[in-house]
Amino acid sequence: MIKDTELDKNFKNEFAEEHGGENIKRCFTCGTCSVVCPVFDQEESFDPRKIIRMIVLGMREEVLKSEMIWLCSGCYSCYELCPRDVKITNVFSAARNLAVKEGHTPPAMRTSVDFLNKQGRLLEVSDFENTVREKNEIPTLDLTVPRVKEILKKAGIQEAMDGGGSE
Amino acid sequence: MSEKKYAIYLGCTVPVRAFNYELSMRKVSAKLGIELVDIPEFGCCGYPIEGVHYDSSMSIAAMNLALAEKQGLDIIALCSACTGHLTKVQKLFENPDKVKDQERINSILKDSGLQYTGKSKVRHFARVLIEDIGLDRLKEAVIQPLEGVRIAPHYGCHYVKPSSIFDGFDDPIHPETLDLLIEATGATYLDYQNRMQCCGGGILAINEETPIKMVKAKLDNVQKVEADAMTLICPFCNIMYDEMQKAIKEKYEIDYNIPVFFYPQLLGLAMGLEPKKDLGIRKKQLAVLLKTE
Repeated sequence: MIKDTELDKNFKNEFAEEHGGENIKRCFTCGTCSVVCPVFDQEESFDPRKIIRMIVLGMREEVLKSEMIWLCSGCYSCYELCPRDVKITNVFSAARNLAVKEGHTPPAMRTSVDFLNKQGRLLEVSDFENTVREKNEIPTLDLTVPRVKEILKKAGIQEAMDGGGSE
Repeated sequence: MSEKKYAIYLGCTVPVRAFNYELSMRKVSAKLGIELVDIPEFGCCGYPIEGVHYDSSMSIAAMNLALAEKQGLDIIALCSACTGHLTKVQKLFENPDKVKDQERINSILKDSGLQYTGKSKVRHFARVLIEDIGLDRLKEAVIQPLEGVRIAPHYGCHYVKPSSIFDGFDDPIHPETLDLLIEATGATYLDYQNRMQCCGGGILAINEETPIKMVKAKLDNVQKVEADAMTLICPFCNIMYDEMQKAIKEKYEIDYNIPVFFYPQLLGLAMGLEPKKDLGIRKKQLAVLLKTE
């Protein structure tokens, strides 16, 4: 049970300011998103309509701390079919960006950022790959792409993950 | 931008986990007169960190786009997620209502010596085959049709969705371009239940249980229509359907044994390219396509 006094009435407004959250208040809870969701189809605890409702109601902490917001597979099925153009896939990106700013970055995401900082790619290109490439007469790859780290730094990804607040 | 000359964008997964895709795509391109330019400074597309930090994710994409633009080239991408993310950022730079975002991203790129104006565009390799080569020319290039081979196409999500960024290229709910591409090789494409179902790769790093269930549901449907093989056009979908068959065998004791091909492998074989050397097709897989099994 959630008490009315525990709700953050301004959360939906804060959310609508975030990239991807702009259309959150348009949702009229028809449930099309949940019906077409391939994750919900296999995992009933991930219910997009419910999460959107939680955001609009103002259940700020419950949403931002929840693993649920990280379970959208990003397939855009709901995005295509939503009759209110809530742009639900973007809603999940917005929720995740807010969660990160609150210090709730999942370990897997931290690892991804570490890899990008270290090598500029999510997966490591080693000498092995380049040997195969040479054998097949395909241009070899630079083992790292340092510009990625430069740009991440300038964009402020670390500050965001360190809890940059809500700006 | 110049005709049939493109920057080839590999992204993170292709060179490490799907080299056969890249190899076959390069060989097929050469035969069809598509010139590919390698840009060594390309990095991650930015999609994997969209959920972490919007500006970082967009700026990394813009970095890649700016590098291609510097050389006056459009991009061909092999990974559907890279295609989608780079296209999304290209569209953002075309949108006059998004000037503030454009300026902020370019100010992030500035110290790295790059600026992006939105001119360099991005398309998936399969889309380039349809739009720039055309099905008629593909059919002409086929000298060894894969007759009688029953193929279940897996479109993947970011090849056609969100449709708002793909200029009406294909239908997002009932697409047909991959069907037509399969048909051009002489093989038969199959319809099957829930064929647009997502591979689940996007959440694999967060939760392994659910995507395995998603993969299993799709493989069940592919098996029901007695497909000889699946065909797809995204390296991450391939990890899910090809490599995950092993995990499913261990967990559920079901051995689907469904071969999975990247589309350029099929096309290349039908065009008479060397199966192993040019296309990275293993002997056992080849038997399925040549119906010699």
